Amino acid sequence: MGRSSPLVGWLGGAALTLMLIGSAIGLFVVAADAEQGEVQRLMYVHVPAAWTAFVAFFMVFIGSVLYLVQRDPRADRFAAACAEVGVVFIALTLVTGMLWGKPTWGVWWTWDPRLTTTALLFAVFVGYLAIRGFSDDPDRRARWSAVVGILGFIQVPIVYLSVVWWRTLHQPPSSPRSVSSEILWTWMLNFLAFLLLFSYLAARRARLARLEAELEEREAYDV
Amino acid sequence: MKRSKLLWGVLGGAAVVAAIGTLLVGGLSENVVYFLTPSELVARGTEAVDQPLRLGGQVKPGSVVWDAEELDLIFAVQDSVGEIGVRYTGAQPAMFREGIGVVIEGSMQGNGVFEATNLMVKHSNEYKAPHGDSIPGTMYESIIRPEVEE
Repeated sequence: MGRSSPLVGWLGGAALTLMLIGSAIGLFVVAADAEQGEVQRLMYVHVPAAWTAFVAFFMVFIGSVLYLVQRDPRADRFAAACAEVGVVFIALTLVTGMLWGKPTWGVWWTWDPRLTTTALLFAVFVGYLAIRGFSDDPDRRARWSAVVGILGFIQVPIVYLSVVWWRTLHQPPSSPRSVSSEILWTWMLNFLAFLLLFSYLAARRARLARLEAELEEREAYDV
Repeated sequence: MKRSKLLWGVLGGAAVVAAIGTLLVGGLSENVVYFLTPSELVARGTEAVDQPLRLGGQVKPGSVVWDAEELDLIFAVQDSVGEIGVRYTGAQPAMFREGIGVVIEGSMQGNGVFEATNLMVKHSNEYKAPHGDSIPGTMYESIIRPEVEE
C-alpha cells in the first residue's frame, strides 16, 4: 500500500505543463499548413496520439514477454496498465483521424489498409482488456493476456508500414524533409507531452492494479 | 518446463502471424488492392464495366470542368501511362484541384467514362507554413459551412 511515489506526481505536473505549452503553440503560435489551413493543427494531436499508442503497445509487449519468462505479477500489471492507456490513445487517434479526414479527404472513414489495420489494432487491444475480465485466476489471466499482448504488438509495425507497403488513401509518414521546421518542432513537443501523459497515466493505473491485487489477496484470506 | 513450452508456443504463434503477414504483403499488393490505377483499369477493358471499384491517380491538369449550377464535375484521372475520364455529381471536396491525388469510388460505364459515386482527395505528407503573401487556407470553415451552398 502506501502513497504513490512523489516522482509520479511530478510526472503528472510535467505532462500537464507540457501539454498546455504544446497546445498553445500548436493552436496559436505556429502558422497552419499553407494548403490545408487550420485543420492541419489536428496533426499535433493525431500523430502524437498514434505514436504514443505504438509506444504503449511496445510496453505491453515488453511486460508480456517478461511475465512469460519470469512469472512476475508486476510485469503483468505493467502490461495491463500500458494496454489500457494505449487503447485510449489509439481511440483518440481514430477519432482525430476521422475529424481530419472529413474536411481534407472528403470522407470520415474509408477501408484503406492504414485505417483498416488501425481499427484492427484497436479491436485486438480492446479484446486484450476483455480477456482480462474472463478469468479470476491471476496466473491464467496473465498468461492469456500476455499471449494476446505479444500478438497484438506485432500489428504495430504492420500499421506503421501499411502506407508504404500498400496503396492507401492515407498519406505516407511525414519526415523532417516533408515538414517545415516550426511544424516539426511543435509536433515533437506535443509528442513529448503525450509520452509524459502516457507515463503518468500508466504509472497511476499500475498502482491501482497493485492495490486491487492486494485487496484480492486479503479477501482470499478473510473469507 | 511448462514455462518454456508456453514461450515456444508464443514464438510459434508469432512466426505464424509473421508468415501470414508476409503472404498478405505479397498477396495484397497483387490481388486485393485498395484502388486500381488508370492504366490498370484500362487494361481490364470491357471486363471492368459496371464493376464497383476504386480508381486512384492524379487529377490531370487542365482537364477539370465544373458546373456549379448542376454540381456536375468532369475531369480526367491519370498515372504515368494512361488516363480515364471521370464524371461526378456533388460538391467538390475542399482540397480538390488539378494535379492533386484522388481516390474515386464508382464504376466504369460502357462508354468508357468512370461514373463516380464518391470522390476522395489523397493529399501529400508535406506540411509547410505559408510563405510571403500567401494566406493559410480556411478549410475549417468547410466543417461549419453546409456542404452544398445555394
